[in-house]
Amino acid sequence: MRLNKDYEPIIGLEVHAQMLTETKAFCGCSTKFGSEPNTNVCPVCLGMPGTLPVLNLNLVEFVLKIGLATNCKIAPRSIFARKNYFYPDLPKGYQISQYEKPICTDGFAEIDTDDGKGKTIGLTRIHMEEDAGKSIHDLDVDTLVDVNRCGVPLIEIVSEPDIRSPREAYQFLSKIKQLVTYLGICDGNMEEGSLRCDANVSVRRKGQEQFGTKTEVKNMNSFRNVERALEYEINRQIQLIEDGGEVAQETLLWDANQNVAYPMRSKEEAHDYRYFPDPDLVPVLVDETWIEKVRASLPELPTPRRDRFIAELGLSKYDAEVLTNEKRVASYYEETLAALAGITGQPSKNIAKTVSNWLMTDVLRVMGERKTDIPEFPISPKNLAAMIGLIIDGTISGKIAKEVFEEMLETNEHPRTIVKNKNLVQVSDSSTIELAVDEVLGANKPQVDKYLGGNEKVFGFFVGETMKKMQGKGNPKIVNEVLKRKLGSLKN
Amino acid sequence: MAVTFKDVEHVASLAKLSFSDEEKEKLMQQLNEILEYMEQLNLLDTTNVEPLSHVIDLSNVLREDKIKPSLSRKEALSNAPARTEKFFKVPKVIGER
Repeated sequence: MRLNKDYEPIIGLEVHAQMLTETKAFCGCSTKFGSEPNTNVCPVCLGMPGTLPVLNLNLVEFVLKIGLATNCKIAPRSIFARKNYFYPDLPKGYQISQYEKPICTDGFAEIDTDDGKGKTIGLTRIHMEEDAGKSIHDLDVDTLVDVNRCGVPLIEIVSEPDIRSPREAYQFLSKIKQLVTYLGICDGNMEEGSLRCDANVSVRRKGQEQFGTKTEVKNMNSFRNVERALEYEINRQIQLIEDGGEVAQETLLWDANQNVAYPMRSKEEAHDYRYFPDPDLVPVLVDETWIEKVRASLPELPTPRRDRFIAELGLSKYDAEVLTNEKRVASYYEETLAALAGITGQPSKNIAKTVSNWLMTDVLRVMGERKTDIPEFPISPKNLAAMIGLIIDGTISGKIAKEVFEEMLETNEHPRTIVKNKNLVQVSDSSTIELAVDEVLGANKPQVDKYLGGNEKVFGFFVGETMKKMQGKGNPKIVNEVLKRKLGSLKN
Repeated sequence: MAVTFKDVEHVASLAKLSFSDEEKEKLMQQLNEILEYMEQLNLLDTTNVEPLSHVIDLSNVLREDKIKPSLSRKEALSNAPARTEKFFKVPKVIGER
């Protein structure tokens, strides 16, 4: 879909990320996804009178991690607030959130843009809150409620209205996903709802300073939907203005099946949340010591890791970016590289590109085809390194290596075992190769004459035939040499 | 700032409560009396006073991230006026919040 060039969209995103804690935000119930309905519940998350919430230490540590990774100011004192509304999936009648004094403010994230220049998106705030339960509407005449998710810890990341296109919104969301997964605080799965995104959208004529009236778009439950829903909403607003109408401030729900966003059926007062400080939860004080402790625990983040791959290993920016996009892939790469350096005794820099090629063309391809992730990938970094080692020391050819790789995927066996059992060792012995070459040349007189007549293109045919004769095991370099020598002597 | 009849209706609807017009009149009167009483607080000069969010001087009451036993589902559902074997049952809710 194309966007009208006379207008500029202004987009701000609110991203909710479910934290990978063992227990809920304010009680000891498990956060396990997919448990039997209403089995991870206790008097606290059921909102029983007289119960008191107690904050999960890991939730604070996790939000500090993302706050530091996105250059936020950490509030020395932050408090919780009650967001009041009545809905059956919220037994207490309020959601515990942060309002006036969130724990993280004024940060930024660098996103990768299509022009390669990158862009800084400001972060207004990051705060802690709890999730609501789940209502099931489509079964009966009644609504059924599962409270398991009630109290599951979330963080809400609110961006500044710095995003200027649906594509940038997608890139921002990708960056947030990358950061939270690198930090190990969220699994980043949008389809399962561990990462959710709402958007505030308005449009203005190019050159106009004032923002237009904004709408809120909700329910965009996949990365692709975010882009599509925003394109839809931007075009709708532009069309409305072009037709002489006005954008109404309202909340829209994206319907991914019909590709439309329709206004939510709700009264104005639905937004009257009457926030006030939660008296049951005491303030959270974060001092410099705590901040520094968390900072020291941060893993290497994607951008520094990418830059290190470029500087230390001499990889191209493209390779480094693909390899560091996901933490697990980057670690798999580094483990393979280290193992191979151990086997060959070569410095990492000399073999970095070779390993990168195997990762990018083979490992990532198979992962894409099988829709698996590194933890389920059948070949360990050590075994992949051993296989590349076999190419480097001349035991197998690069072509045979592809066959060994496929075999390793199926059997999980060590490459050396596969090479031995399937008799795949490369033949470098020139007398064996000479025998094969003689047979090929003897059986293909017309091609030999062509070659001798000056058609050098036939050379490739001889290489192919010789390799075929040797079941692909001939050392390509020596096969070439022998062919050149034999054909050369025929010329004279 | 006096509470109007409309305010009472608004707050009642947020709390999902319904009242007769007489009840609303009565509530409006009572709420206004309470607010008038509270007005006394405005006699104090609070120019240099930080807003207070908590009356007790406690901070960082935190819990280790360790799972504790939950209720059995039977117990969890036992107080519900309506339920199925696995779920709380509430009157049909339409639309999103």
